[in-house]
Amino acid sequence: MDWQFMLEQIPDYLSAIGVMLAVGGAAVFLALLIGGVFASLLQDTSPLIRAVICSYIEVARNTPLIIQLFLLYFGLPAVGVLLPPELCAVMALTFMGGAYFTEVFRAGFSALSEQQSQASYALGLSRFQTFRYILWPQVWQKQLPATAATACFLLRETTVVSAITVAEVMYTTTNGIAIYYMTYEFLTLMTISCVLVFVPLSIALNQLEHRWRHD
Amino acid sequence: MTALVLHHLSHQKGRSTILDDINLTVKPGQVVVILGPSGCGKSTLLRCINGLEPLSAGSIEFGGVTLHGGSNWQQLRQRVGMVFQHYQLFPHLTVGQNLLLGPVAGQKRSAQQTEILARALLEKVGLSDKYYAYPSQLSGGQQQRVAIARALCMQPEMMLFDEITAALDPEMVREVLEVLRNLAAEGMTMLIVTHELGFARAVADSIVFMNAGRIEEISSPEQFFRQPESERARQFLNKFTDIQKLTRKPQ
Amino acid sequence: MTELFPSSVEWFSVITLLWPGLLNTLWIAAMSLILSLAGGVLYAVASRSRFALLRLAMRLWLEAMRAIPLLVWLFLVFFGLPLWAGIDFSGSTAAILVFGLWGSTEAGEVFRGALRAFPEAQWEAAACLGLSERQIYRHVVIPLLIRQTVPPLMNVATRLIKTTSLTILISVVELTKAGQQIIERDDNALFIYGLLFILYFLICYPLSYCSGILERRWQQG
Repeated sequence: MDWQFMLEQIPDYLSAIGVMLAVGGAAVFLALLIGGVFASLLQDTSPLIRAVICSYIEVARNTPLIIQLFLLYFGLPAVGVLLPPELCAVMALTFMGGAYFTEVFRAGFSALSEQQSQASYALGLSRFQTFRYILWPQVWQKQLPATAATACFLLRETTVVSAITVAEVMYTTTNGIAIYYMTYEFLTLMTISCVLVFVPLSIALNQLEHRWRHD
Repeated sequence: MTALVLHHLSHQKGRSTILDDINLTVKPGQVVVILGPSGCGKSTLLRCINGLEPLSAGSIEFGGVTLHGGSNWQQLRQRVGMVFQHYQLFPHLTVGQNLLLGPVAGQKRSAQQTEILARALLEKVGLSDKYYAYPSQLSGGQQQRVAIARALCMQPEMMLFDEITAALDPEMVREVLEVLRNLAAEGMTMLIVTHELGFARAVADSIVFMNAGRIEEISSPEQFFRQPESERARQFLNKFTDIQKLTRKPQ
Repeated sequence: MTELFPSSVEWFSVITLLWPGLLNTLWIAAMSLILSLAGGVLYAVASRSRFALLRLAMRLWLEAMRAIPLLVWLFLVFFGLPLWAGIDFSGSTAAILVFGLWGSTEAGEVFRGALRAFPEAQWEAAACLGLSERQIYRHVVIPLLIRQTVPPLMNVATRLIKTTSLTILISVVELTKAGQQIIERDDNALFIYGLLFILYFLICYPLSYCSGILERRWQQG
């Protein structure tokens, strides 16, 4: 093991972790927005909108992320759309994550009693107010562990975007192996980086779920 | 002639004694209602008779067979029907299949003849059109009536009823108790654990009052409800009359 | 820019090139599913063992699989194991091993849940009908356990199939890689990836659809 060499790679890996967290964080944020809007829309709108959202969920959940990435990155140029890989990565992760978050929130809504919104209307609140002050706080509270778990899942999936040359940890690793042939060193760096990022995340998630279950 | 005799029966769970030296004789055709406060061991007693809880000591004599702690209960279970508080129908089987399972798989009786019996029993409990329905499609009261029919389909010599109306809505209690009353009139030997005092009074030949794992007294319903022997039974009955007073309109 | 849709002759060559990739995808998924089911049973039994050490080991296994992304495991096994242990894997073998280890914990959690929610009351009801132990298992317990485990296991299978696409990153010629080879030759990425997208959907959607239907139907009971 060439420690000196590994030390020299640390800045690269730090920036790789930064890229991973930035891409993952942006995707989680956007996917949460999509999930929130779609789950609200699913509550009551025209059957058409519901059908569209449900089809979106099925398509996003039943296709691999990597194909979604390839379609955006390699496929779109065929119709004249050239996007930077980081943007493709965020888009694909958002596309997939939005569907998962919609599912999480939908489950939260369906666990709520219908009388909650009726009680709210009876108090003279508008539909928007009912969602804002009565339904969403309860859904959010109830589904926080599931939401956090989905966010962690999305961050883990971020490793896949290395497939379209986004310079995150996995890409830096394969690239390094290809250039320097120092497989040991790069695999070790990859493992350390991933353990540093994902293990604390996972521990925090477990704590959260544990606390929720006992409340 | 006796149907069931319990000799010095006791049951322990860990260190605590749930049933303590129970002695009871049930004659054929007799309807015995077991009353007592919650946790007195009355349900456990029924479960012991059917071998669902192991006997720590004592024995059970039923129709010429004697069973102890280590005995195999399968033969006895084929001759005794049991109905539970939460029905326990098998959700993956239709009503008809629920009725046929015990007789055909367990007792090895012919499927055709059992089906005729099953349909007749469903008619008797007022559910002749539910033969092909699944339990989830039925109301609680209907499910409980199916459960009774399922037990009867074994053509048992005796029936055990474990608080079978406790989980039902009030309007469904009646339809289930109706079925039990008819059974009693037909001369079925029955052991009933219930909280329905009015029903107990109407249908019982004998009342067994239990407290803290022991039988406190065995009397006729007339005597038990008018003038129970034990102090415990008096307190137990008073609680119910208190509730009746509360629910009656003030004059 | 090339034509979006190929001619019929190209269709033929596309299919002949994609077909082996599709078979390899299904092969990897099937093998890792079998491994997952067997491993899942072991996992579930060991998780309920009397020995705390064994339970801890299972817990660590689960957490390791859940915390660290699958792709990282795939890299470690495919690039790392040959170096550390001197075992050389083909990409497919490495994939089956990693997906099997991952699927074992997922299927194992399903089995564990089923064992924990063992239908005790239904068992008693069947015993009261005078059935023997074997008959109770055959007519009551096993059908109930199947209803409880099959829908979530189908979801595990769907995820395994989707996950096979990761093997492209360790250069296994499965469906996605085969597609890539065609693109390198024909330069019609949108069409080929669109086709792959649809193909994966056509494989996965029926599975997750059936799983949903069965779950809803069986949950009523």
